[in-house]
Amino acid sequence: MIVAQRKPFDEIKDMIKDYKKVLALGCGTCVAVCLAGGEKEVSVLVSELDMAAKLADTPIDVSGFTIERQCDREYLEALDDMVEKYDALLSLACGAGIQFLAERYPKIPVFPAVDTTFIGVNQDVGWYEERCRSCSSCVLGMTGGICPVTMCAKGLYNGPCGGTNNGACEIDADQPCAWYMIYERLSKQDRLDSIMKFTPATAWKNQVPRTVIQPGYTKKD
Amino acid sequence: MKSGSNLEKVLKAGHFAFTGELGPPRGTNAEEVREKAAFLKGNVDAVNITDNQTAVVRMSSWAASLILLQEGLEPNYQMVCRDRNRLAMQADILGAYTLGIRNMLCLSGDHQKFGDHPEALGVFDIDSMQLINMVKNMRDEAKFLGGADVEGPPEMFIGAAANPFAEPFEWRVHRLAKKISAGVDFIQTQCIYNMDRFRTWVKQANDMGLTEKVYILAGVTPMKSIGMARYMKAKVPGMDVPDEIIKRLQGAGKGKVAAEGIKIACEQIEEFKEMKGVAGVHLMAIEWEHKVPEIAEQAKVLPRPVMD
Repeated sequence: MIVAQRKPFDEIKDMIKDYKKVLALGCGTCVAVCLAGGEKEVSVLVSELDMAAKLADTPIDVSGFTIERQCDREYLEALDDMVEKYDALLSLACGAGIQFLAERYPKIPVFPAVDTTFIGVNQDVGWYEERCRSCSSCVLGMTGGICPVTMCAKGLYNGPCGGTNNGACEIDADQPCAWYMIYERLSKQDRLDSIMKFTPATAWKNQVPRTVIQPGYTKKD
Repeated sequence: MKSGSNLEKVLKAGHFAFTGELGPPRGTNAEEVREKAAFLKGNVDAVNITDNQTAVVRMSSWAASLILLQEGLEPNYQMVCRDRNRLAMQADILGAYTLGIRNMLCLSGDHQKFGDHPEALGVFDIDSMQLINMVKNMRDEAKFLGGADVEGPPEMFIGAAANPFAEPFEWRVHRLAKKISAGVDFIQTQCIYNMDRFRTWVKQANDMGLTEKVYILAGVTPMKSIGMARYMKAKVPGMDVPDEIIKRLQGAGKGKVAAEGIKIACEQIEEFKEMKGVAGVHLMAIEWEHKVPEIAEQAKVLPRPVMD
C-alpha cells in the first residue's frame, strides 16, 4: 500500500491561513490503513485546527469528510455539490489522490496535509516499511524477492558494494544490506547462479509520467 | 596494449607495480596538489586521484588529474557513480582521455549520507560494475552506452576496487569474477590488515584462474596511530583490522607508533611481492603523502621502472 505521514501541524496551519472556510478531506484506502489520512485522522486534524483558531482568535470554519478513494472519479463525484461551499480543500490522501482532487476542482485551492512517503508493508499497526519504488522493471525474480532498487541505499544492480558491513548497510548498522540478504536467500535456494551474471545498465522507465492501459481496457464514449 | 598507460606498461612487463593516492583540495589551491604530487613523483607508477572521497566536495578528480599530468606524474582518475548520470560520466571520460588521462578507477562511491551534503540526491544511474562495462565498450567497441558510435574511442586502462573482507566472504571472489566479466583490467583492493583472509581470497582467485585475467594490486595503508587503527576497526564499514595489529602498535612505545605502522606495511609489501596472484601494491597514505618516499624506500620498491 501507499504509506503517508501527516505533515507537521504548523505547516498545515500556515498553508491555510488565508482561507476562512476549509474542508479537510480524508481517503478511506491506503492512507487510512496506515493511520495518516482516514476518517479518524481527519477528525483529529479538524479538532486541532479548530482549537488553534479559537486560541489565536482567528475564526476559521473547518469541516471534515472522508471518501473511499480520492484517486477514483467514482468516489470523487460525491464531493461535487459539497466543495463549492469552501474556499480551500485540505487533502489527507496520497499525492495521487491530492492531484486528482485538484484536477477535478481547478478553481479551488487544494493543499496537502500529508507527505506521501512510500509503497510499503504493514509490519504492525502503526509500523510500516518501504519495499517498492515502482521502477516499472521488476527484478525480484533475479534477486530472490528482495528489491535492490529500494532496499540497497545505492540501488545497485550488481551489489553488494564495499560498504557492506557484516550484514548491515554502510549507512546504518540497523539497516540490513540488501545484497547480503539477497545472497543469503539465493544461497539457501541454491540459486546463486542468478546473480553471478553481470546485470547491464538499467533502461529506466520511470523518468516520464507513466500511463498503463491494460489489454482489457475499452474506451468509453 | 589497451591504453599504453605507464601503469599498464609496468604491469604488462611483469614489474611489481606500486601506486599511490592523492586527495584533491577542498578549494582552488593547485599548489596543494603540486606539493603532495612532489612527494609521490618517482616513487610510484601512477597516482589515484579521489573523486569527492567520503562524499565530501573537493576539486574535481579530472582537474586534479590534469595538474598531476602537468607535474609529470601519471594519474589514475577515480570516478564514482554517486554524483553523475551516464551522460555526464561518458562526457567526462571523453574529456579526461582527450586531455591525456589514461587510467580510470570505477567505483560506486560512499553514500552521500556520510559527506558534507547529506541531503543530496544520490544518482547511481549505473553501478560500478556497469561503469566498468561502459568504459570497456567505449574503448573496445567504440560504442556509447546508448549504442551510438564514439569517434576516437577513449583508450583507458580500466580499474576497479575489490573488498576481500566483507561478508559474505564466499561471495567476494565471485564478485571479482563478475568485475572481470564486465571488463576490468586491474584491481586495487581495500586496505589489507587481515593477511590470513587476504591470502585465502587470493588463493581462491588463483584457483579460479582470475589472477591470469586481471592485475591485482594489494591495498596498503600504514597506521599512523593507535587511534586510527581503533577507528578503522570500529567505524569504517568493510574494514577488517585484527586485534594483533592494534596490540603491535600499542607495544611500539611512545613516539614509535607511526614507525611501527610503516614497518607493518613494509612487511606486508614484502609478502605481497612473493605472493602468487598479486601484481603490485596500492599505497593509500592518506594525508601522509610526505611519508611516501620513506615508505617506498623502506619497502624496497625503488627505483620505479622507467617505461618507453
